[in-house]
Amino acid sequence: MIAYLGVDVGSVSTNIVVVDDDNNVLINLYLRTNGRPIETIKTGLKEAASMLDPEVRIAGAGTTGSGRYLAGVIIGADVIKNEITAHAVAASILVPDVQTVLEIGGQDSKIIIMRNGVVTDFAMNTVCAAGTGSFLDQQASRLNIQISDFGALALESNNQIRIAGRCTVFAESDMIHKQQMGHCIPDIVNGLCEALVRNYLNNVGKSKEILTPVVFQGGVAANLGIKAAFERELGIPITIPKYFNVMGAVGAAQLAKEEIQTTGETSFKGFAVTNMPYHTTSFECDGCSNACEVVEIYQENKVIGRWGNRCPKWDIV
Amino acid sequence: MRKVTFPHMGHSYIAFKMAMEEMGNEVIIPPRPGKETLDLGVKYAPEFACLPYKVLLGTYLQTVAKGMDTIVTSGGVGPCRAGHYAHLHQAILHNLGYNVNLICFEPPKRHPIDFYRKVQSLNNAKLSISSIIKLLKRGWHKLKALDHMEKLSHQIRPRELKRGTTSKVYLQAQRWLDEARTHTEIKVAEAEGVKAFNDIPQDSERKVIKVGLVGEIYVLLEPASNLEIEETLGHMGVEVERSLFLTGWTVDNLQKNTEELMTVTEAAQPYLPELIGGHGRDTIGHTVIYGKRKFDGVIQIAPFTCIPEIVARTILPKVSKLHDIPVLTFFLDEQTGKAGMVTRLEAFVDLLKRKKQNISISQTATTLN
Repeated sequence: MIAYLGVDVGSVSTNIVVVDDDNNVLINLYLRTNGRPIETIKTGLKEAASMLDPEVRIAGAGTTGSGRYLAGVIIGADVIKNEITAHAVAASILVPDVQTVLEIGGQDSKIIIMRNGVVTDFAMNTVCAAGTGSFLDQQASRLNIQISDFGALALESNNQIRIAGRCTVFAESDMIHKQQMGHCIPDIVNGLCEALVRNYLNNVGKSKEILTPVVFQGGVAANLGIKAAFERELGIPITIPKYFNVMGAVGAAQLAKEEIQTTGETSFKGFAVTNMPYHTTSFECDGCSNACEVVEIYQENKVIGRWGNRCPKWDIV
Repeated sequence: MRKVTFPHMGHSYIAFKMAMEEMGNEVIIPPRPGKETLDLGVKYAPEFACLPYKVLLGTYLQTVAKGMDTIVTSGGVGPCRAGHYAHLHQAILHNLGYNVNLICFEPPKRHPIDFYRKVQSLNNAKLSISSIIKLLKRGWHKLKALDHMEKLSHQIRPRELKRGTTSKVYLQAQRWLDEARTHTEIKVAEAEGVKAFNDIPQDSERKVIKVGLVGEIYVLLEPASNLEIEETLGHMGVEVERSLFLTGWTVDNLQKNTEELMTVTEAAQPYLPELIGGHGRDTIGHTVIYGKRKFDGVIQIAPFTCIPEIVARTILPKVSKLHDIPVLTFFLDEQTGKAGMVTRLEAFVDLLKRKKQNISISQTATTLN
């Protein structure tokens, strides 16, 4: 049997999936990146290899996420794609008639508008992280509650309170103010969920036409409080796909499958790459006033990838 | 001898350098804006000033360290704060202990005498008026040739077989034009440049998509300030057509309204009937025109906090819908990272490619029916 590997290396999590030819997800792993992407990719791939049926052959591999180039050179990806395209592709195979994708990850959030299976518009947060998972993480730790309990707590709320969520710093001041006034934790938690949703819709979702079916994915989709807040704010039901937290990786696997249909053969290096030593170095190029910081990644003693350069001078052909 | 500098705006410094030198000034060539420029600019500029303001302040601080004593720049028409920038730059430099002179040109059709006086104050070689006019004509010729080279680079880069060849040829063509001083030399250099561009091995089969670039003038003209968006797009297989070139802008501000500007204003009329300063109205008008010309998409680039472009940005979704042309906006400041921009550009290019494929599929389907 053949299957496709998808790897999504994000700021907070690294996700690995193996998807077969009929879009069944055979393996899905959600790991914390912990600031060590190379280590995480290696341990993740080892784990995936041990779980995988030996009969299954990887016929193609794709990477996405902010660490896509790094992951791509390590595993020998057939396709290295941005996370917007990957998320859209994944949503359209798991929810075929999807028209709107809401995606909230650790440090970015996006909205993707699709019509007839094609992306027609998208937006991604730029200057502010107040509408992302990190915002909730911060507030949860200030309230001294587990992020995994956050959503359920929000659902216990009986009173609506409005917290200024425009900026994480001001949100904290406002939250303390609400606590001093005697509001209970579930109401405050729910207020934070609504603040995030308001922020998201006003920033990222500004002037976008949100039509059903709406799919909500990314790590934050695990939070029931946010889902409920979206439904209240938009007045329409929200679908959370089964593999909501690894959708980027599912999309990367699908894109690898499409790529293989044109190229014919995979450049995937096999799971053995997890046993190789990797290290990175960097230097400042003195070719022009850009002074690019060029990062090099070595597999054993061979340079397999370089990035950070603005011109093609350091490209590896 | 005056030691002059001026803003670095793409390749235009090559023409300005010639004009200033021949008028008897020593030119401190403004460095291509880089990390150091921005660090200096950010350090001494008001926090909410826009990116061009910070880049220019950084440029002046870099050149003042090399002995620059005179800034030559332009003011502005219309309610954009950039019209005051030159004077504010001078004030900040004074406060830092640099007593630099400022020669700030205003549009000559509005202030002809002022324009003449300022030209004379730079005329240390005591050229006659007719010689100055001839020199300006030559500078103009050079600028047009340089713009021609840049346009060719936009067309050929997405089709080049070997990544980076076009950028190299473009640099070489700039050097040739830099050395050319007479009309004949400029003509020869331009012809050499055209030949070098045409000699670049190209893939004629490649499916290239076409994107119009609109927005604020400085970030459009200075690649260092827009993270080389045109080059990045070119390498992704996108042919860029930029709505603004310095020669085009100067024509608009020197002579009576050119035909092109009229049509842009007309195109913007249903959406934005007023001049709101900067290039806000042009952004709308050009987007409409690119839509009518069946471009695949439009990208708007503007400095963060730029009011005219913010106004244009809020109108663009409507233009985009009515003309069925996808639009992507980037607001740039010193915090903007290349990785984030590349991610969005890649996704936008994917969107445009898939949209184009679907159109061709549905067209084949209709012909088959």
